[in-house]
Amino acid sequence: MEPLARLGRIGIASLERLGRGHLLLLHIFSGITDLITRPRLLIAQLHSVGVLSMLIITVSGLFVGMVLGLQGFYILSQFGAEETLGVMVAASLVRELGPVVTALLFAGRAGSALTAEIGLMKATEQLSGLEMMAVDPIKRILTPRFMAGLLSMPLLAAIFSAIGVIGGHFVGVGLLGVDEGAYWSQMQAKIDLHEDIYNGVIKSIVFGFVCTWIALFQGHDCVPTSEGVSRATTRTVVHSALAILCLDFVLTALMFGE
Amino acid sequence: MVQMRTMEVMVGAFMAAGFVALFFLAMQVSNLSSLAGGDGYQVTARFDNIGGLKVRSPVAMAGVRIGRVAGISFDNTTYEAIVTMQIDSSYNTIPDDTFAKIYTAGLLGEQYIGLDPGGSEEYLTDGGKISLTQSALVLEEIIGQFLFSKAEEGGGDE
Amino acid sequence: MSPQPDDSNEPLVKIRGLRFYRGERAIFDGVDIDIPRRLITAIMGPSGTGKTTLLKLIGGQLRPDAGTVHVDGQDVHKLNNKDLYRLRMRMGMLFQSGALLTDISVFENVAYPLREHTRLPESIIRKLVLMKLEAVGLRGARDLMPSELSGGMARRAALARAIVLDPKMIMYDEPFTGQDPISMGVLVQLIPRLSKASRLTSIVVSHDVAETAGIADIIYVISNGKVIAGGPSEQVANSDSPWVRQFMDGLADGPVPFHFPAPPLEADILENATQPPADAGATL
Repeated sequence: MEPLARLGRIGIASLERLGRGHLLLLHIFSGITDLITRPRLLIAQLHSVGVLSMLIITVSGLFVGMVLGLQGFYILSQFGAEETLGVMVAASLVRELGPVVTALLFAGRAGSALTAEIGLMKATEQLSGLEMMAVDPIKRILTPRFMAGLLSMPLLAAIFSAIGVIGGHFVGVGLLGVDEGAYWSQMQAKIDLHEDIYNGVIKSIVFGFVCTWIALFQGHDCVPTSEGVSRATTRTVVHSALAILCLDFVLTALMFGE
Repeated sequence: MVQMRTMEVMVGAFMAAGFVALFFLAMQVSNLSSLAGGDGYQVTARFDNIGGLKVRSPVAMAGVRIGRVAGISFDNTTYEAIVTMQIDSSYNTIPDDTFAKIYTAGLLGEQYIGLDPGGSEEYLTDGGKISLTQSALVLEEIIGQFLFSKAEEGGGDE
Repeated sequence: MSPQPDDSNEPLVKIRGLRFYRGERAIFDGVDIDIPRRLITAIMGPSGTGKTTLLKLIGGQLRPDAGTVHVDGQDVHKLNNKDLYRLRMRMGMLFQSGALLTDISVFENVAYPLREHTRLPESIIRKLVLMKLEAVGLRGARDLMPSELSGGMARRAALARAIVLDPKMIMYDEPFTGQDPISMGVLVQLIPRLSKASRLTSIVVSHDVAETAGIADIIYVISNGKVIAGGPSEQVANSDSPWVRQFMDGLADGPVPFHFPAPPLEADILENATQPPADAGATL
């Protein structure tokens, strides 16, 4: 009997959390109109979420691109198809690795930082304090961070992919001798603006939405102790990673199927 | 705490970098430049067998890509494939007795339409038809023909 | 309902039949409290009796399971969001940790409500903020960040922020807890001074008997979810009730027992005790 009851309790608790998460999301949306009159808040958050992630995204993009160039060359040269290295690097990056790896890195760096920040504000009663000063803490604190995450993600993913293509070029053309003209021309012939680039951007917007939502919810919903905040931060990274990979499969099936 | 001014500059730089990256992807990586020549004219051709030809397969003349396959349909009465090609407007001196043949790029590559120019003084315009066509080579037919001719040879010797 | 006039004699806060449960436990089990205007009312009781919860119920951050809370004639939990926020602008609250926003300076923290809710020009905001900081003695610390303040200074800064909109009442959540004697002395002086100067109604929630009883005009003692004493401070301080006496005098044992309920000592210590002695159940 007891295990069944436990299962029931877990199920109900999960549904409650899901419900709270959606209510929080609606509350965050209601603050968007306020945000338009306070651009300073958005700018500060874009800096914290976007600019400060640039370093890790750029470095990772470069190395991923270079590895793709290296591995791709060795595999393709077995079929005499080295010229298609450009297509391989670009397609992998733009369709999959750009949005997904950027989102995972984002969840790890910016997502966990957001959760910790909000959790700490909850633990030190700053959110309560704002409420008692007749300021809505969700609209004032959470909404700018949400919009910043949503806007930053596609830009970061584009930077990742672009730098990755350049990294692949450096390794393939610069070090391994792939023909430069072939690298770019094959790529331009095969990579389609609508199918590949737009879809990649859509993916990164979806990932930005979900990752930022998870990060903000975990911070806002945490137990307001130091242990609670640290657990919430871990949950953000884990849940974000699972969500990203799941959604990636769903989106890829929808977008790239015939 | 970073000053507001510095912060704004950095955010601006970040967004600019993002847009430059998107632009780079669109221009250098994708086929945007070829899509841009969207205004062209359409020409149709009929084939008995288009093999593996697909929509958006290239259309080339003398090896130069001059357009794309825009649509493929089927004629219920003559059982032929009707291929609609979108030719870039800058290539408007194609004679109307041009020969359209389906080639394969490389040994295992994708298929494309190659145009051999004829000698006519009249040029193809929008809605024009190419009447001289040759279908794609189907591997099984070639092997079958080869075996058949070998068998005939063998039979003729006796 | 519109707020009542300032010189009314009606209590500013009227709590009737308040019931609030956390899970199975009753934090408040039928509580009636009147907070009169322009006086300092202390709400005292042992730790964990939900005193902070009471302040959150008055401020509308929590909903009661039963009963009503009226502030200035308005039922707090029946207000819509806009009116609730307007009511909160007339209340100030001093949190136990100060709850200053950690990424802005002391000056900016105190100016925050002004910038949010008024359209006053910068020069007037500056003067108001400096005046409030002067009242709590922190005018010179205005450019420090909250992380650079000691606990006592953080609370004073938070107090300046709580009074910057000239509210009708201030709620102090455990203001004396964990303070050194000097900071305590400062607060003991500030609270009545502010109360008289601005004709403020003050609610002090605390378990520091000595300091709180010293400044309070009215005292309520809450234990086990019920009010066990309530009235003018002298009356309560000299009350005969054993509960009140144990609390006010700080006695280790009394109606709130020293020993947490447990089986008899012999049974616990002697491992080969086969049956509990006849008087099992005695807890003293």
